[in-house]
Amino acid sequence: MTSVNDRRVTVWQNKINVNVKVAGSGSPVVFLHGAGGLQWGEFLDSLASRHTVYAPEHPGTADGDPDAIQHLDTLWDLVLYYYEILDALDLKSVPVLGHSFGGMMAAELAATNPARVSKLGLICPIGLWRDDVPVTNWMIYTPANEIVKILLYDPEGPLAKMMFGQPDTEAIIKTIWSMACTGKFVWPIPDKGLKKRIHRIQSPTLVLWGKQDKLISSVYAQEFASRIPGARVELIDKAGHLPFVEHPARFTGLVEDFLRA
Amino acid sequence: MYISAFQLMPHRELPADFEKRYQSIWVTPPFHELADAKRVGQYYNWTLDELIASAKAGADGICTNEHHQNAYGFMPSPNLMGSVLARATEGLDCAIVQMGATLVASQPPTRVAEEYAMLDCISGGRLVAGMPLGTAMDMNLCYGVTPIEQRDRYREAHDLILKAWKSREVFAWNGKYTQLPMVNLWPRPIQEPHPPIWVPGGGSTSTYAYTAERDYCFCFLSYFGYLSAEHSVKKYWEVAQQKGRDTNPHRLGFLQLVGVSETDAQAEKDYAEHIEYFYHKGLHVPGEWIGVPGYQDYQSMANTMRNPIIQNAVNSLKDKRYKDFIKEGFVVCGSPATVRDQLKEMSKKLRVGNLMVLLQIGSMPHELTLKNIDLFFREVAPALRPIDEEWENRWWPAGLRKKSLRGATV
Repeated sequence: MTSVNDRRVTVWQNKINVNVKVAGSGSPVVFLHGAGGLQWGEFLDSLASRHTVYAPEHPGTADGDPDAIQHLDTLWDLVLYYYEILDALDLKSVPVLGHSFGGMMAAELAATNPARVSKLGLICPIGLWRDDVPVTNWMIYTPANEIVKILLYDPEGPLAKMMFGQPDTEAIIKTIWSMACTGKFVWPIPDKGLKKRIHRIQSPTLVLWGKQDKLISSVYAQEFASRIPGARVELIDKAGHLPFVEHPARFTGLVEDFLRA
Repeated sequence: MYISAFQLMPHRELPADFEKRYQSIWVTPPFHELADAKRVGQYYNWTLDELIASAKAGADGICTNEHHQNAYGFMPSPNLMGSVLARATEGLDCAIVQMGATLVASQPPTRVAEEYAMLDCISGGRLVAGMPLGTAMDMNLCYGVTPIEQRDRYREAHDLILKAWKSREVFAWNGKYTQLPMVNLWPRPIQEPHPPIWVPGGGSTSTYAYTAERDYCFCFLSYFGYLSAEHSVKKYWEVAQQKGRDTNPHRLGFLQLVGVSETDAQAEKDYAEHIEYFYHKGLHVPGEWIGVPGYQDYQSMANTMRNPIIQNAVNSLKDKRYKDFIKEGFVVCGSPATVRDQLKEMSKKLRVGNLMVLLQIGSMPHELTLKNIDLFFREVAPALRPIDEEWENRWWPAGLRKKSLRGATV
């Protein structure tokens, strides 16, 4: 088990004290979590065996600091805020992986200033929209206690039971607030203009998607890849919206190959 | 006590199996399967007629509110209704209580300032200006307002509206959500510096503080009756006291569902099916939507999750029948004597000076509603009026205030 440390970094006119989870050693990799908040699991552990993994927690989602979100109002604020975090961590040009909401942010970072993102790994990102395949609105999914059905390929299996079997009120509070803080930048439709900026991405890009993702269909993999020069797609079979949790070994292999190449 | 009649404007003829066939009464009910525009026109006119009948029967005020994509209440613009009512009640001592235009639904929010000023002018200074935050269903789901911004938007809209009403100079508004180069409202309200402001809400402590700090009337709008409101209302009075406010009962408005008939037995015959319709179909909403992430601030949301009173109340509604709704005080229903006694008990428990009564409930047809209005204002209201009359209702249009033993009379 890798030891994961909390590193506090102060940015944004000293108003936000970001918590960055840091683990491992080796060349740096940044991971941006999805709307549900950062959960450190097997995938990040494996990644940390060869890399130094930096995983910042979205403003407002770190323990004890729910109001940090009040200091950022727009997507533009949030993009610039991330560059300040990279500055504070002394990461001039770094591979950035992002999942779902974090995937959209990773793409925005790479499109806004291509020099800051050396490689881009998009894991079932939001950020584009097709009327014929709308993205499920995860913030109002009902019944909420069945959200596992749109997150996992197998909502009945042992992984589902482990992750969702024992509802824990404090964990639910954390998840709800994380959705509130990330939702600030994408409500009510997660299409905030990335399609106009995405062509600016220059970094080698890997788009990873659970083939049976029910939250955001894997048809979006091609939507992203077709707009990013040279992007490659890997669909992970028998996986939903959390492919790195559902098949951590296979997933880590794909990411490692990409980072090494 | 001041007593106003409140209407929601519900669909009165939903199919018997509505709650089994459809996901929700709110946001998603399919109009063309469930309604007919000509029939809806009839509902609007019944609603207006019932409110006008209430005014003529002696209601101190008549209230409308705003909801969107909602079959239990579809007045997307309460000010359209209020405008008709202001005209139709000319010459009556009846306030036009707008409960009201949702501030964050209008962009720019000066639109609300303008429309309220119009209503005050048309009614001859009889407007009560309700300033609701709006529910998550209305504002987040139907109107696309970002949940975590809603309260901040509301506060800014409130400040802009107040300044627009009061300012003698043209001013520029440089807000976070609204920027306007030259604000100079036409018309201005008759009531100076502005009409009385009522803030509807539920159990949010931050709303209690906001209301008390500004010396407004807080209106507890619950469908769950006076017994279940006791805890929240007690908290409200504590907050008001902490903010240095007096105990004038008119600081509190409260909405109560009421059914009056000749006897308790007749009341059950008259109203039971309509009450069950209201709670079983009218409040058929997925619990998740009531608290979209970000709609409540972190602390309120955490409190709600740890102690899910409203969620549990909503979830258990369909198990309850008429007798439960009566026993638990959701509805005050019975003979005039029964209703009088319970509402007196309510006023003692909650210290309510501005009572709002919902007399048209769910599927209740027009004629029966008129009967309820007549019996309530003839047999019940007179017994309640003397309660707390020593206090001046400072949250009422000055021209309509009754003589009080305490404070100035107008």
